[in-house]
Amino acid sequence: MKFGKYIITPSIIWLIVFFLIPLLFIFKFAFMKNGMYGQIENVITFENITKVFDPLYLKVLWTTFWIAVVTTIITLLIAYPYAYTATVVSEKWQRMLLLFITIPFWINFLVRSYALIVIFRSKGIINTLLLKLGIINEPLQLLYNMPSVIMGMVYTLLPFMVLPIFVAIEQLDHRKLDAANDLGATPFQTFFHVTLPLTMKGIFAGSILVFVASFGMFVVSDVMGGSKVALIGNVIQNQFLGARNWPFGSALSIFLVISSIGLIGLYYLATKNIGAEKSGGEK
Amino acid sequence: MNNIIEIDEVVKEFNDNKVILPLSLSIYSGEFLTILGPSGCGKTTLLRMIAGFEEPSSGVIKLNGGVVNNLPPYKRDMNLVFQHYALFPHMNVEKNIQFGLKMKGISLAEQKTRAEEAMKLTQLTEFRSRKPHQLSGGQQQRVAIARAIVNNPKVLLLDEPLGALDFKLRKDLQRELKNLQRELGITFIYVTHDQEEAMSMSDRIVVMNNGKIEQIGTPKEIYQNPASKFVASFIGENNYFHKDDQLIAVRPENIKISQSPVGKHKGIIKDIEFVGTLNKIYIELKGEENTLIVYQMPDQTNLSRNEEVYIHWKLEDEVIMY
Repeated sequence: MKFGKYIITPSIIWLIVFFLIPLLFIFKFAFMKNGMYGQIENVITFENITKVFDPLYLKVLWTTFWIAVVTTIITLLIAYPYAYTATVVSEKWQRMLLLFITIPFWINFLVRSYALIVIFRSKGIINTLLLKLGIINEPLQLLYNMPSVIMGMVYTLLPFMVLPIFVAIEQLDHRKLDAANDLGATPFQTFFHVTLPLTMKGIFAGSILVFVASFGMFVVSDVMGGSKVALIGNVIQNQFLGARNWPFGSALSIFLVISSIGLIGLYYLATKNIGAEKSGGEK
Repeated sequence: MNNIIEIDEVVKEFNDNKVILPLSLSIYSGEFLTILGPSGCGKTTLLRMIAGFEEPSSGVIKLNGGVVNNLPPYKRDMNLVFQHYALFPHMNVEKNIQFGLKMKGISLAEQKTRAEEAMKLTQLTEFRSRKPHQLSGGQQQRVAIARAIVNNPKVLLLDEPLGALDFKLRKDLQRELKNLQRELGITFIYVTHDQEEAMSMSDRIVVMNNGKIEQIGTPKEIYQNPASKFVASFIGENNYFHKDDQLIAVRPENIKISQSPVGKHKGIIKDIEFVGTLNKIYIELKGEENTLIVYQMPDQTNLSRNEEVYIHWKLEDEVIMY
């Protein structure tokens, strides 16, 4: 199996060149001084790191955190029933449901976001319809606020929640559900005492994917929030491209990367035991 | 004896495919009943209908006199021990055993005492806080049994519960199960394809084939008086002879071999197998197409291959097939 060891070499080289090395540069920049004209001065400083903890940016981080939490919860609440349905319907319907959830992946993200704007803007489809039907007298503000940002996030990240949960439910051993049923558990009790705990791994995986992705997301808040809702991703983007303060942008990025790695570490800790249980139980 | 379960003219179809033909069966309260048959004979489907996982296409299933055809499993006063145990991997032994009681809203204190009792009965007390994946196959099987009997069901259904275990452990657990059934006095309905298992444990055996019952009887009745050729060859080995217009069966242990001329059957020894407690001798008979099987105690044999021998049997050992 010597060949097997070398087969991953290209991907490792790729990751080193295009991921690890740039990341190390970012790490380095975070401890350097920003020059007057946006250049990076070779002077070591902790200025940028302390600036991350400035109340102004902490507030942005806090907002971003809460949006990520709310997005994850809403996504989970939508995704679980959807994934569950996909496991119980006929094979044909299952393919359809999974297709529906993956189709948006194939369409350019910006195109999709602008399509949402067409639907939700003040003269958009929804408002026009509601006005015509006389349900409302004035157009509703469906865009450029917090709920619209969250809606955009949920829409964008839903597949990341549906797919891992779908896999978890699909792999569920139905004999265990039969056993619960046989032991006197109503369908409701079976769900909460057996199905849910046994699909926790999928819930964790989906939640981590959605949370980490929404934590660093900036396009959605740009398009759906009209830069009225500033998230940490927007601040970072702005530091790199607008304010041309690469060192501070790097410091914020590192903060983001470390939080994400921390969360992924927590995920591994949380699912390690679940994994062992899943493989056992039968001999 | 009163009947705890009455199965009356039950039929089960899957997509126009009849798995169970009209089938009737009365199960006595407190008996150890085994449903025995080859794989695909419909025995598991029958068990799943009794448990409530399948609905009969027609016919009636009664539990304690009440019709239970459409009653879901969780409303039936019986429990099933699954073929692959189906333990809950995220709960330890004790929690697995308490599960049924917890679902029925029984107080925690009673859950604990009853689980304790069940664990003691199945020798699981020391494993109480282990998760299923930390147990051996035999221990997992005990948990599955304890998890079922803790609910004091009227009937315990067992779907090939020992199928995945090795020979020695299976033998031990067979005896344990039989003792458990005697001790608890619960009706056991046991499904297996292993005729030896059925013979050693059951009060009565139901032999099934192709979705219908071939014979119901005690192990002895079924062995000594098989009602059909299927039963005669499925339970133990048998030899068949044509006699006038009839087909008769004679068990291998009832056939005697003689080196001097006795009776009218003459044959040639084709093979002698030593299988421990006895010798299994294969004899080719003149005028019969099938090879005969004869059992003999090893010490009384001084026979050799290709030897010409005479065979005979007592008239009372003949079982008429048709």
